[in-house]
Amino acid sequence: MQPAHEQSFWSRYVFSTDHKVIGLQYLFTGLFMGVVGAFLAYVFRMQLAFPGEHVPLYGVVTPLQYNALVTNHGAIMIFWVAMPILIAGLGNFLIPLMIGCDDMVFPRLNRLSYQIFFVSTVLILVSLFVPGGGFGGAWTAYPPLSASAQFNHTPWGAPLWLIAVALEFVAFLLGGINFITTVMNARAPGMGPMQIPIFVWMVVIASIVFMASVGPLVAGAIMLLFDQLLGTHFYDPKAGGDPLLWQHLFWFFGHPEVYVVLLPALGVVAEVITVFSRKKLFAYKTILYTSFATGVISFFVWAHHQFVAGIDPRMAHLFTITTLIISIPIAEMTFAFIATLYGGSIELRTPMLWALAFIAEFLIGGVTGIFLGANATDIYLHDSYFVVAHFHYTFFPIAIIAGFAALTFWFPKMFGRHMNETLGKIHFWGTIIPFNLIFIPLFVLGAAGEHRRIYSYEHFSQLFTPGLQNLRVLATVALVVMLLFQFVFFYNFIRSLFWGEKAEANPWRANTLEWAAPSPPPHGNFAEMPTVYRGPYEYSVPGRPVDFWPQHLPQ
Amino acid sequence: MAAHAETQTSHPNYVKVYIALLVLFAISVLGPLLGHLWITLITAFGIAVVKATLVAAYFMHLNIERRYIWYLLLTMLAFMGLLFAGVAPDVLAKSGQNWYHARTVQPPPPLHH
Amino acid sequence: MAHAGEFPVPLATRRSATGIPTGRLAVWWVLASEIVIFGGLLASYIMFRLHHPHWADEASHTKVWAGGFNTFVLLTSSLFAVLGHQAAEHGDGAKAARFLRLTVLGGLVFLGVKTIEWSGEIRHGFTIYRDLFWTFYYTATGLHGLHVLVGMIILWIVANDAARGKNLHRVELIGIYWHFVDAVWIFLFPLFYIAR
Repeated sequence: MQPAHEQSFWSRYVFSTDHKVIGLQYLFTGLFMGVVGAFLAYVFRMQLAFPGEHVPLYGVVTPLQYNALVTNHGAIMIFWVAMPILIAGLGNFLIPLMIGCDDMVFPRLNRLSYQIFFVSTVLILVSLFVPGGGFGGAWTAYPPLSASAQFNHTPWGAPLWLIAVALEFVAFLLGGINFITTVMNARAPGMGPMQIPIFVWMVVIASIVFMASVGPLVAGAIMLLFDQLLGTHFYDPKAGGDPLLWQHLFWFFGHPEVYVVLLPALGVVAEVITVFSRKKLFAYKTILYTSFATGVISFFVWAHHQFVAGIDPRMAHLFTITTLIISIPIAEMTFAFIATLYGGSIELRTPMLWALAFIAEFLIGGVTGIFLGANATDIYLHDSYFVVAHFHYTFFPIAIIAGFAALTFWFPKMFGRHMNETLGKIHFWGTIIPFNLIFIPLFVLGAAGEHRRIYSYEHFSQLFTPGLQNLRVLATVALVVMLLFQFVFFYNFIRSLFWGEKAEANPWRANTLEWAAPSPPPHGNFAEMPTVYRGPYEYSVPGRPVDFWPQHLPQ
Repeated sequence: MAAHAETQTSHPNYVKVYIALLVLFAISVLGPLLGHLWITLITAFGIAVVKATLVAAYFMHLNIERRYIWYLLLTMLAFMGLLFAGVAPDVLAKSGQNWYHARTVQPPPPLHH
Repeated sequence: MAHAGEFPVPLATRRSATGIPTGRLAVWWVLASEIVIFGGLLASYIMFRLHHPHWADEASHTKVWAGGFNTFVLLTSSLFAVLGHQAAEHGDGAKAARFLRLTVLGGLVFLGVKTIEWSGEIRHGFTIYRDLFWTFYYTATGLHGLHVLVGMIILWIVANDAARGKNLHRVELIGIYWHFVDAVWIFLFPLFYIAR
């Protein structure tokens, strides 16, 4: 590898092995795919509000296209937005900095992970434009619809979609191994397990949960791919296969997956609220052990997605109990966050607004999950818009709210400049208020019995409740307003990138090690590798002249 | 490398382990020939577990590795047990409250060797 | 530390807060992820095998002698791999390389026998489409065979390095992977070849 000053554009920015460059590659890809996923949502919501009408910037939506839009919106938001931003992007950029070393332990493997991820991104986008169009079998891809082009009408789209998802899994498996080994082995001297910032722990736990849960689905995906491409019958009951097997393999992964994205988001919130309340994190050990417990329990709840699929009813009872139990550790962490804020010296800067919004909105998401987790009530609510509203009240805080909290918080460190605070606040309110106006109507629609994944009620008049069309229109209008406010963010982001006020190393007066490096950190991160002398949350320690105490300062 | 201090103390005789593996393997092949279900299970599958454990402990040196690595690998196996326990009631079910398995799967016709 | 053209390993890679060398730690995590992949596939197979009694008849058409011989081949190649590790520990790169190349030879024999096995089975009509048993059989043993092939390639590269005295620590690492591939076959053999 050539010395830095001799490196070409390609080796410095495209084929770099530096964790910061790779982290930003993931972040920018995630942001771009967020725009794509948002556009897909815009189109199908326009169809729902104004059925059969021409959608500006798209055209008329056909039933097959509607299915493809809904399918790819879901898959893209989870696999190509939430995971790359929260885990691969932030994790890659921050972990070596936060644990006080100069890079990930396997930089070339890191680069390979991104390259595989990049290929998966290209494939999913290409799958939208192939003959027959993009796969429309929902992100859950149940066979026989997903297994046979005879049913799904997307002979190219379906396998491409599946291969894209499988490659994304491989990229994150490799990345996860990098994260886990780096945090286990490469920590700065003095950083024992209890001095590791919670965000770092969360990424590690998420990587382990991901690894353990995705294995059976990789096997299942190979089986589904063979059914699609070779005409085998793994999931065909006529040949002795079982479509329910796919459901179980999928959800055995699918449920832990939501905690894979939730835990890093909670980590981001923890980092932000401690800095902006100038207060120690309440019950660090409890939060840590609760996170482990959540990770473990998440493996015992999966069939609550299958309550009405025809599973053994006795299993349904079991999964109801475990699902209700898992709400306890999450609630506990919410309480710990509130206790962290209580009595703190709150600074309502933009990152803090996002972090507070996370707690409030995720609370709604979590509480509404209780209705769905009980098998009896789920019989009514399954496949209704209630489910959609519930998981958006969880996923939106996870991916979008925590994502913006992280971006506004670590922007100075990543780019050496400040974002505009006023624009940040406008963007915040312009996102949060419309967000609630999109999904509260959906709770009402779902409780009224409205089915999800239906393109139009034209042929299903018995499912259509006419008085509720206003709610559908309200949700769509709110979405359009929310999307327009995202221009404020992009304007702020790009303008600050080039012309923002220059940032010093530690503008937020925080403790964790990344703030000890220059903004932005050079190759190698620290001029002299730091040693750690205390935990990450020593804020407002009595008897000290300043209200923070960086981890790396001897006194 | 840090591995030196650990492995120089205990060097199992790898050839002895290998011979033990071969003997076990022979038993595991002969056992099923007797045709008795429980003998087959114990010899073919039980011995498979023993052989894999021997390979893991002595060839992979798991017996002198940090304990938690064993726990990690065993936990992954335990999750597979959990998967089986959660899915088998559905895949193996032959009848339920309102249905029975119609057994439409015809075994394929026998072939002449 | 870094020679011209060689990748400069970051300080992070040489640290070891756990005491386990980073490379070996990573291999354990790779194995952990492989256990759940094979585990998922085989758990599914076992469920179906229990559910369909006629699969036992289908399984009787697999060649026990071929599967058994292959088990012997893999066990022997594992022995060579661990003897190579022993040599590498004593710093004898050339000896380690010889053992690793014998391991590769074992893998080659394994794949050769498998090729003969599969082509015989296909010729006699036991194709992947004949019955779901055979679909699982080819998928599982095929996935395993892919891992054997990848292992052989890495073994060859590590052997070449070791012969020149380079990266001797990697002999142990590829050995652990190879033992895992052996262990998976130890379970595949009774699952697919023994007809109950």
